[in-house]
Amino acid sequence: MTPIEMSIDADSQSSAFPTSASERNDRPAGLRGSLSSVNGISALTIAVLLLVWWSTTTAGLIAPLFLPSPQAVLSKFWLVSTTGFMDSTLWQHLAASLGRVVCALLSAVVLAIPTGIAIGLSRIAQGMLDPLIELYRPVPPLAYLPLIVIWFGIGELSKVLLIFLAIFAPIAIATAGGVRQVSQNRLRAAQSLGATRWQLLRFVVLPSAVPDILTGIRIGLGTGWSTLVAAELVAATSGLGFMVQSAAQFLVTDVVILGIAVIALIAFALELSLRALSRRLAPWRELGHH
Amino acid sequence: MSTLVIDQVTVHYPGSAAGVAALEEVSLVIGPEQLVVALGPSGCGKTTLLNLLAGFLQPTSGQILLDDRLVRGPSAERGVVFQDDALLPWLNVLDNVAFGLQLRGMARAQREAIARRTLQLVDLEGFETHPIWQLSGGMRQRVGLARGLAADPRVLLLDEPFAALDAFTREQMQELLLRLWRKTRKQIFLITHDLEEAVFLATDLILLSPRPGRIAERIKVDFGRRHAEGESARSIKSDRSFIETREHVLSLVFAQREVSSA
Repeated sequence: MTPIEMSIDADSQSSAFPTSASERNDRPAGLRGSLSSVNGISALTIAVLLLVWWSTTTAGLIAPLFLPSPQAVLSKFWLVSTTGFMDSTLWQHLAASLGRVVCALLSAVVLAIPTGIAIGLSRIAQGMLDPLIELYRPVPPLAYLPLIVIWFGIGELSKVLLIFLAIFAPIAIATAGGVRQVSQNRLRAAQSLGATRWQLLRFVVLPSAVPDILTGIRIGLGTGWSTLVAAELVAATSGLGFMVQSAAQFLVTDVVILGIAVIALIAFALELSLRALSRRLAPWRELGHH
Repeated sequence: MSTLVIDQVTVHYPGSAAGVAALEEVSLVIGPEQLVVALGPSGCGKTTLLNLLAGFLQPTSGQILLDDRLVRGPSAERGVVFQDDALLPWLNVLDNVAFGLQLRGMARAQREAIARRTLQLVDLEGFETHPIWQLSGGMRQRVGLARGLAADPRVLLLDEPFAALDAFTREQMQELLLRLWRKTRKQIFLITHDLEEAVFLATDLILLSPRPGRIAERIKVDFGRRHAEGESARSIKSDRSFIETREHVLSLVFAQREVSSA
């Protein structure tokens, strides 16, 4: 340590607010604690929840019909993974559900991004498409599910279509927002380097909108995944939603909890991986640059 | 060698107060090897003037000609450097500098060779693969300058390029700009509200006055040329004639202000 640093340190310790170095490191963001302490608190909350669940059920305070013990759910997990439930193993149910969501996601991405770009760039497209999207977006998927069944039957198409509609709107809206927010100077800079209209779209507008598109996909995937159970209400023979539904009908509560837990874990994993993807593809956004 | 001519240009913004022009009857010639600096307070129309030259804006009346051809819109023959660098954050330094050449369809190897050479000119050797959001403000402006130069425009237009930098970096960048101007022999048009910067850099200093925007004064200066020929910036800026010119321009600015507020 140089003498100057030492004197600064000495000054800060003799100042009106005597905080030690370690205390200052714990609270770098001022009022809020650091990220690692937030994660620690989150882990602790979940641990306490599991402990309460384990102790109340093991002590026999709650009937297994209402809340089976964690051990029971865990052994059911093993049973459903190996021998299965309703003619399919847990992994087959999971694969069926993921297949539907991935199928819906891919078609939504392919169609919603061009739609969003059109809305963002053209007033005619905005006038035509905006009201359509804004009309169906706030309606709960369960409300228009009967209509989809009447039109498209009870096959896979209806299920994928329901999830697709839930994913489509957030991606289209986010893409349009990203396209509208491209900085004027960035466009002008490209124009004064000789960019044509097509080149502006390809090299400036589209990459500028990538962070917003990723946010749209993240939100869309969240709503799409939660629409899954509704989609699998209709004459499904496999899928996590179907598994939970039929287990509930037979009052197999441990399978219900197992299914819910798997649905929650998958949703969490999707969210985390999309956040990681967004940090990787648009690291400048994390730093507040646009 | 090119000549950029602004011929009796008037600009009215739609919706602005009737009768007050952003620019009124402005005429100006930017000839070969000139470094024209437009100086004025905010609202005097200097940004409007730059936007006209870049082609971002069309005059209400009058015309702008580059080598006798009418300027109709933005083009690669008039490069622009912005105050907020306007770089593309998803590209690294080298790809940002090569961007104009890429738009022209130049092969990767060739455009990267040119971009590397241009980065040497702005003293950014070794930063080729850095993401631009990791660079300081001064370095980003250097990348912006290099991007403008790499596309080899006939005229380089700079929109308050150093206004957001700290004082030390600003002086370095001014000296860099003079070196680049000497080396590339490009003609440069720069707008600023920094009086000392204007006097130091310009070969031709244009003083603009607001409401309506018009050219109040044209002054020939040679300090930039002296620096480009080797005299140090400190010796120029402490030179009696530099201080006299600066004070003279300052008195003109104040005289303007009294006229316009009277």
